Amino acid sequence: MIKSELVQRIAGQNPHLYQRDVENIVNAILGEIVAALARGDRVELRGFGAFSVKNRRARAGRNPRTGEHVAVEQKCVPFFKTGKEMRERLNRPQPEVAAK
Amino acid sequence: MAERTVTRADLCEAVYQKIGLSRTESAALVELVLKEITDCLERGETVKLSSFGSFVVRKKGQRVGRNPKTGTEVPISPRRVMVFKPSAILKQRINAGLGGNAGGEAHGP
Repeated sequence: MIKSELVQRIAGQNPHLYQRDVENIVNAILGEIVAALARGDRVELRGFGAFSVKNRRARAGRNPRTGEHVAVEQKCVPFFKTGKEMRERLNRPQPEVAAK
Repeated sequence: MAERTVTRADLCEAVYQKIGLSRTESAALVELVLKEITDCLERGETVKLSSFGSFVVRKKGQRVGRNPKTGTEVPISPRRVMVFKPSAILKQRINAGLGGNAGGEAHGP
């Protein structure tokens, strides 16, 4: 599923909203998560998971093709930890898969 | 500055402020967005959200684990896990304003 499909599915369940509104809603949600991470904040969505920012220290890397040494600067990377309920839902017995 | 935790309530507030729907409806829509993503992943489908990242479901085979406290070997059953792959844009946003800030306290633009 891509973003436009997500928008369509939500718009289908909310006939009183324009598709453009739904698009703005999805973008507002994602934008809020991105803004929080850019500030270095954590985003916790119970039942889904939590986004956080992890710090990676500067290190000496190598160009894998040439073997050359390169300095890698310290940086921050986004990190996602799956929530408990999500984890359980992914591993719940699925009738349609089991039937195959 | 202390690190804050952003929750559903903050996402609802953002939708409420930006879209102009009622708070109740904003909350319902935030819930629906998460539900649609979750349902999709539960079916084993990948969810790609451009300029944000993608959620991918991976299948893990059985392997032997160890109880870290007692050291006894325990089999870990095959399972499905979900991973988040951040987009290049998200990674960039997180590192914007990080110019030589050793504390790692990133500030948005």
